[in-house]
Amino acid sequence: MADSIDIEHLARLARLSLSADATTRARGDLGNIIAMIDKMQAIDTSGVEPMANPLDATQRLRPDVVDEEPDRDALQAPAPETQDGYYLVPRVVE
Amino acid sequence: MERHATLAELRRALDNGDLSAIELTRDYLTRIADDSTNAFINVDEEGALAAAAAADERLASGDGTPLTGLPLAHKDIFCTRGLATTCGSRMLENFVAPYDATVVARLKDAGVVNLGKTNMDEFAMGSSNENSYFGAVANPWRESHVPGGSSGGSAAAVAAGLTPAATGTDTGGSIRQPASFCGITGLKPTYGRVSRYGMVAFASSLDQGGPMAHNAEDVALLVSAMAGFDRRDSTSAEREDTPCSNGIPATPEKLRIGLPREYYHNLDIAAELDAVRASLENLGHTFVDVNLPHTEAAVPTYYVIAGAEASTNLSRFDGVRFGHRCENPESLEDLYDRSRSEGFGEEVKRRILTGTYALSVGYFDAYYLQAQKIRRLIANDFASAFEDVDVLLAPTAPGPAFERGALTKDPVAMYQQDIFTVPVSLAGLPALSMPCGFVDGLPVGAQLVAAPFQEELILGVARDYQNVTDWHTRTPEAAQ
Repeated sequence: MADSIDIEHLARLARLSLSADATTRARGDLGNIIAMIDKMQAIDTSGVEPMANPLDATQRLRPDVVDEEPDRDALQAPAPETQDGYYLVPRVVE
Repeated sequence: MERHATLAELRRALDNGDLSAIELTRDYLTRIADDSTNAFINVDEEGALAAAAAADERLASGDGTPLTGLPLAHKDIFCTRGLATTCGSRMLENFVAPYDATVVARLKDAGVVNLGKTNMDEFAMGSSNENSYFGAVANPWRESHVPGGSSGGSAAAVAAGLTPAATGTDTGGSIRQPASFCGITGLKPTYGRVSRYGMVAFASSLDQGGPMAHNAEDVALLVSAMAGFDRRDSTSAEREDTPCSNGIPATPEKLRIGLPREYYHNLDIAAELDAVRASLENLGHTFVDVNLPHTEAAVPTYYVIAGAEASTNLSRFDGVRFGHRCENPESLEDLYDRSRSEGFGEEVKRRILTGTYALSVGYFDAYYLQAQKIRRLIANDFASAFEDVDVLLAPTAPGPAFERGALTKDPVAMYQQDIFTVPVSLAGLPALSMPCGFVDGLPVGAQLVAAPFQEELILGVARDYQNVTDWHTRTPEAAQ
């Protein structure tokens, strides 16, 4: 499947813009990586349950009650731009 | 103090009043200032001295813990309140977390003095520490060679005597392989033992924090403080026991130790592992061959699962809430694209693209789902082996540290470095690397693996081994 990689499409999905040089390099590298991971196809996995957690643990639930008060100012301190408790981004709706 | 003093030796020195925590901290800070390995991204001189002063007071009032006043460095992936956490990336160059990671908080509560943050491969993606935005780290044993990765700064710092111990994280070998390359001891606990809260996420079903130090006893002391249930980590293991809470217990007699046959082909360190086996046989243990038939599929499986989880986890870096933001974005799309493209390095982008590919429409079943199924086959291989044996003895890495630049042009060859560590990670098992000899003048490590939550067993075997050998006491200075 390595020859079918559409790097521009993948980069769009991943919100990355790559230079022409980087795209060429990425195509080569990803081709090699995909050729390597294609070796998985040789393994017979019929009837095997997929494993998401190595100990087959399931997500722990807790009662839906507030037990911590977030400090908004502290949490927003690392943000590039905020105003009145909001994150600022370029205008989305004209 | 002797440059490579262990935590146990430093503890005695502090308790005997031979020196104060402040004096000890100053000593290490002076060494760090002279460091030529680039092991640290950030040194917290002020914070360390304040913590040392507080530790001295605590010790004077008789209120100390076994860790109070001992210095340590944190891998720069653990969030530290008020001190930058870069994760080795331009993306987080100026990121100051508003909270401490659970690991950081627990060690701080115990009175540990944090010297600073150690260098690492960007977002923990790498096996050589050449992928750091803050520059490569040199191996203290030979500066032209890599220290391993991704916890390369932590391993180099301990080996160079810049800190007696450090934290690391291990997703596919990132504690064990650098420990092996730098001649120190490192433990990856069972998945879920050590809280992931405040540890910048790479691959959430694999990531596990752990300690790196000179020997098994020091590692045990640290893991007893780091481990434990944490309600803030949704995958934290709900266990009553804390490994080594009363030191390392006596090792059971006559253990059956397995040698995974698949790990012993074309090995550069076969003679060194034979010698480990002989030492452990002398201690009364017996060896049998075991099979882990899906070993060859582990590297591809790991790179699909880790890539998929990384591409998802790293989508949070959007230039909006934290991290790098590009100049003068024209639109929200432009802000996302350029912030991420400028903030991430090449290897991180490669992994994100690999993960995006594996998760994309039409490929999900063939790659991601297939990888999750093979993951179960690999975990089953280990479970079958542990029906027959108590512990596995394996190499940590195929050979000693390689030269800087040797594998940077060939990601797939670099990924093969992880062949003996990723299967264990996929199965979530505890494993440690301990020094077991030298190849071409560079240290190599042996890996001990146990069933889930059996950290005490492998730490016990490592402690016994270190009582009858001296590889873990060798230092780069003495070798030169």
